[in-house]
Order: sequence, then structure tokens, then C-alpha cells
Amino acid sequence: MSNIFEYAPAPESRAVVDIKPSYGLFINGEFVDGHGTSFKTVNPATEEVLAEVAEANDADVDEAVKAARRAYTRVWSRMSGAERAKYLYRIARIIQERGRELAVLESIDNGKPIKESRDVDIPVVAAHFFYYAGWADKLEHSGYGSTPLGVAGQVIPWNFPLLMLAWKIAPALACGNTVVLKPAETTPLTALLFAEICQQADLPPGVVNIVTGAGDTGRAIVSHPDVDKVAFTGSTEVGKAIARAVAGTEKKVTLELGGKAANIVFDDAPLDQAIEGIVNGIFFNQGHVCCAGSRLLVQESVADEVMERLKRRMATLRVGDPLDKNTDVGAINSAEQLAKIRELSDIGEAEGAERWSTPCELPTNGYWFAPTVFTGVSQAHRIAREEIFGPVLSVLTFRTPSEAVEKANNTPFGLSAGVWTDKGSRILSMANRLRAGVVWANTFNKFDPTSPFGGYKESGYGREGGRHGLEAYLKGADS
Amino acid sequence: MSRIDVRKTYKLYIGGQFPRSESGRSYVVNDAKGRLIANAAQASRKDARDAVVAARAAFGGWSGKTAYNRAQVVYRIAEVLEGRREQLEAELRAAEGISAAKARTYVDAAIDRLVWYAGWADKITQVVGNANPVAGPFFNLSTPEPSGVIAVVAPRGALLGLVSVVAPLIVTGNTVVVIASQDNPLTAITLGEVMATSDLPGGVVNVLTGSQAEIAPWLASHMDVNGLDLTGVEDAEVARELEVAAADNLKRVRRPAPDTDWLLEPGLDRMTRFMETKTVWHPIGV
Repeated sequence: MSNIFEYAPAPESRAVVDIKPSYGLFINGEFVDGHGTSFKTVNPATEEVLAEVAEANDADVDEAVKAARRAYTRVWSRMSGAERAKYLYRIARIIQERGRELAVLESIDNGKPIKESRDVDIPVVAAHFFYYAGWADKLEHSGYGSTPLGVAGQVIPWNFPLLMLAWKIAPALACGNTVVLKPAETTPLTALLFAEICQQADLPPGVVNIVTGAGDTGRAIVSHPDVDKVAFTGSTEVGKAIARAVAGTEKKVTLELGGKAANIVFDDAPLDQAIEGIVNGIFFNQGHVCCAGSRLLVQESVADEVMERLKRRMATLRVGDPLDKNTDVGAINSAEQLAKIRELSDIGEAEGAERWSTPCELPTNGYWFAPTVFTGVSQAHRIAREEIFGPVLSVLTFRTPSEAVEKANNTPFGLSAGVWTDKGSRILSMANRLRAGVVWANTFNKFDPTSPFGGYKESGYGREGGRHGLEAYLKGADS
Repeated sequence: MSRIDVRKTYKLYIGGQFPRSESGRSYVVNDAKGRLIANAAQASRKDARDAVVAARAAFGGWSGKTAYNRAQVVYRIAEVLEGRREQLEAELRAAEGISAAKARTYVDAAIDRLVWYAGWADKITQVVGNANPVAGPFFNLSTPEPSGVIAVVAPRGALLGLVSVVAPLIVTGNTVVVIASQDNPLTAITLGEVMATSDLPGGVVNVLTGSQAEIAPWLASHMDVNGLDLTGVEDAEVARELEVAAADNLKRVRRPAPDTDWLLEPGLDRMTRFMETKTVWHPIGV
């Protein structure tokens, strides 16, 4: 096969990372052996085992919470905001300095393209710490008071491992809380490297504790009686379980859960940009994005043209080695997730939708799924209702703006939405009527530390980012 | 034979360069005990005008940078200042005759002040800007923007006072022409050296040394200056005359506060005084 889109391999060097054969837990400023078992983390692009990682049990979590409480009481809550800020600025700077190392490690452990970890994830992580560092000594201007909550238990997903860590830890520390954070079991490595960064920054011991593990470890954190605040990003199912678990306690909770975002394309949209936005909306990060534009709502009059252009564009997506600088779509993060994507896609076909996948060659080892689009999808189909969390787009059509709004809102989720039209007044009226926490107009999947992010309805509650993101970690203006 | 030290020539800081005054003049700067430290450049009307040209030229680029970028540059000034703290402490002790401990306190506070203001670059909008719930189908949003070129008469605090008046102006996107303290001008030039090596684009901050009484009126009446900060003016009648001159093009004026205790945490007004609120309307409809 020879065409203009054939590229020579351009692999990013792995030499910049140093993965240890095994990792312990990061508690009270040191790496310690856990009391539980251990698990393996693999490179999803090759199935190569990367490292053995400790699985924290209840006793380990208890130690971590105790360390966090001590650090909170004796050091962190007593320190002035200006001094807390300096630690956070240090962390931001070290992340910038070690950016390439973090990017390569993230791509190896997660499967996402280096282009993305290098140009999106890691720079936004550094920016997030830099931004919240600046709040630490300005809380009296936040509108939410300046009293921290205490110890925060934080559980994060595998789709943006270090970015989700930053979204959790940066505002928590800025507000004067200490944290116990659990990274996802399939992507613990950048969180453990972050622990090393905390050491380099001379962050006081116990302010950040990283405990690795799976669901049981997460449950131990959430249900620990000395945790004052629970922050979770992940599935709606687990989010509901957390809401039930903390019921009747004093714990404050924020949840950032699933989505089934509508990406709405009107007939007057700038189509070239819209096609790029659709592709970015669903194939960015292999579709492992809670706010992914997984339902394309396209106005009937341009549906054929949009589909033709979309397929042509999708055919140019390069799927493969995450460390290749030309790769657009990397590996699916785990065998389990791949099975789920396959199952829902098969159901889509079985329920009568028409499936088209890009004719790309997939590597033989590792977990892969070709970018896929379903047409002829109805609102009743499971692929239109359930979060697939993979590179699978469901296409529906509409005739009027009201119909688009109705279909877009016809979901228990409400995290994000996209609107593509050249008419400003229409963008704003759509934004008013869409029940979603973030509305992107003529763009998609944009993230910034200053911009609040979070969902309506079953996509969770609370916002992360911006001034509003402080609310989750402060007692409030009247306290 | 003992080594003879190499003394530094203190010049002006204009457009990222360190020129002498075009007038060829200088004046003697003594330490607290009356001994000569150096001859400082004595800036002229033309130097002031050159500085305004440089500040205006830098305004588009500086105000057009993202707030995040400006924050990082101002933070970088703090980093570089930390690395030169011994030099600045020694200069403060010589110029002001203060103790080592006091000099350290002022340098610490100056660095921390820069860090504090750095963080405001991408937060001031979220604190003083807002969406406005107008009674009609309109999107309506107010955001603060920098006023433009701001002329500043610096207070006597050679380092902390200067940082405290300049940092809030640049972090919000303004560019600055500052007349350093007449009695203690040398630290201002050292601070210019710090800024020149901190990724701050040339022309964003311009430092003039010399007679405040001579230079300030030209800046106060300059038609391409948008704001006038009179913090360091000590004579009430001089301040009134400068404010009158500033009225010709309705410069935003900040009145004198020469006795400010710079060790106290400031409010937001040093930023907001030299910002404009822009309100954007857009219809909402199908």
C-alpha cells in the first residue's frame, strides 16, 4: 500500500523513563511496602508487563489517612497560603522540567498517543498546578471562604491518569487540605512518578499520599471515617455507590461521572471545521473521554455530505504505536475495556444500526479497536444511550433546533455538548437549552485550568477547574 | 597588591536596553553615610518620550499574551530575583542604611509580592468580571482589560515599593514607564536587569532615573499615556498639578500614597485602577 498518508516510523525514545520492577505505596513522604497483595500494570499497546504494584489493603489506607491527618493538623492547615503556594509552584515547575519523561511514561502505561500526552495532558497538568498555586494565597477573594475541609480521599480513572490527579490534588492542596489519592489500577505509574516529584519539591510528608489498588482500595478510602471529603472521577455506577456509601455522614462529595454527549451539527456549520471537531470529539484519546462527543446529531439536509466527509477523514487516522509521533489513535487501555467496546458495538449491529470502521491495519499484540461509526441509529439503541468509552460514534439526524435539543437532552447524562453553526444567536440559544455542564461551540474537547468542568444530572455534581473548582475543597463563605 | 573591583555603570532601562540618558547627564548617588556609590543617569524629557514609545510598542504583544503566559513571566521574575537576593540585600543596606535582617525582610517581601501578583494574571477576570443577567434574550459578559501605557512615580521603597507598584500593572497586561525613587535609584536599575533576564519582553517595563519633578510633568501630559500612578509623589501641590495635566486625555490617575506600609498585603485596587471593563452583548435566538 503506498499512498500520501504513509509515514515512516517516528518513535519517541523510551530512554527518558526509568520504570522500576516494583512499586510500593507512597505514604507519609516515603515509599513503603503494602500489607496486601500486588498487581501488574501492562503496556496496553504490547501487553508487556511494566511493573508490579502494591495493592493497598484497609490497613494501608488507614495508615495513609493517618499520615494525611497528621500532616493536615500539624503542618499544612497551619501554613500560610503564600507558603503553600510556593510548594505548588515548585511542583508545577518540576512537572514542566520533567514533562517529556511524564509524557512518555503516560503513553506507555495508558496507550494514548505521545502527541497527545506530550501536547495536551502534561502541559495542562503543569498549568493546573500553576493556576491553583496562585489561589492558595488568594482564597479570601474566592467567594467560598478560606477554611479547608481536612483530609480528602480521591479516586481517579485511567483515561487521563496524571491530568485527573492534577485536577484532584492541585485545588485540594491550594485550599489547605491533605490528600490520599488512588490512581486507577491499569495506570498507576505516572501517579507514582508524581510522588517522586513531591519528594523533589520537599513537600512536607503526608500532605500527598498515593495508594495504588483496585475497587477495594477505593472503597476503603471512601468509607474511611477520618476522610472529610471524597472526590471521584469515573463511572456513573461507582459514583452512585459512593453517594450511597457517604449518605448520613459529614463527608462532602464531588463526582465527575459518565457522559453521552451530543455533538450537534447544523446545516450552516463550517463543515471542514465541524468534521475536525467530530473526529476530535470522539477519537481523541481513543474515545476514552467522559465528555466525548459520542452522539453525532447532524441536520438532515447535510447528513449525507457530513458522513461522506467524515469517513474520508477517518480513513486518514493513523492507529498504532502510541510512542510514534504520527499516531492519532493509540491502544485501548485494557482487555476489559476492549471487551466492553466490542460487546456494545456488536449490540449496535444486532439492533440494526449500520457499522463502518476505518480500513486500518491493527497491531497483532495489544488491545486495539479501529475507529468506528454507526449510522441509522435510533434513540432507543443501546449505542445511543450507554457510554461506550471507546472510539465509536453513533450518528442520529434531526430537522429543527428543537428536535436537536430534545434528542441531545434525552439522556440521563449531562456532562457536555457541542454545537456547530455559523450563527452566534443559535449557539447561545442552544447553549441555554442544553442540559450539560460544558457546551463547546464550533470547537470540542477544550480544557483549561481556569474553566470549570463538570456535569448535570447523572454525570455527577461539583465542578473542577477555575474559581468554581475551589468550592469543593472549602467549607464555604459562612463557615 | 589587592584586586581593584570592577564597578557597574548604572544606566536607564528602556525597550529592553540599558542606554545612558540622551542628555548625557548624570547625578551623584550616595549611600546612607554620604559616600559615593555611583553616578546615576539623569533622564530627560526625550528619554521619557522614548520610554513611552517603547512601552506603547510592547503593549500589543504583552496584553495579547495569554494570562497564563504573563503569570509565568512574572513568576520567573520572582525566581530570578531569588537568585540575586544577596546583591539586592547588599544594595538596600548600602542605599538605605538598614540592617541585614531588615534588608532580607524587604527582599523576601518583594519576591513574595511578585509571586502573589503572578497568580492574579489568570484570576482577576474571575473575581471582577462576570456574566450579567440582563432582562432580555442576550448573552452579556463583562471582563477587565488593561488600560494601556501607565506612567508611574515610584515611592521611596527602593525594591519592595517599586515591585509593589509595577507588578500589579504588568500582570494585568499594561506596560509601564516608571520614574524610580530619586534618592535610591540604583536598585531600580538592578531590578531592570532582573527583568531583562526573566523572559519579560523589552519595553513592558521601562525605568527612568533622575529628577521626578523634571520628568513627571512630561509623562503626565503625554497624549499616548493612558494612566498615571502618583504613588511616590510627596508634595500635594505637585500631585495636583500632575493630575490636572493628566486630565488632557483623561488618564486614569492613582493619587499619591508615599507613606504606604509596603509590607502589608495589598488589595486588588492597584490592578483594577488601571483596567477597563469591557461588556459584550450578543443576541440569543434561533
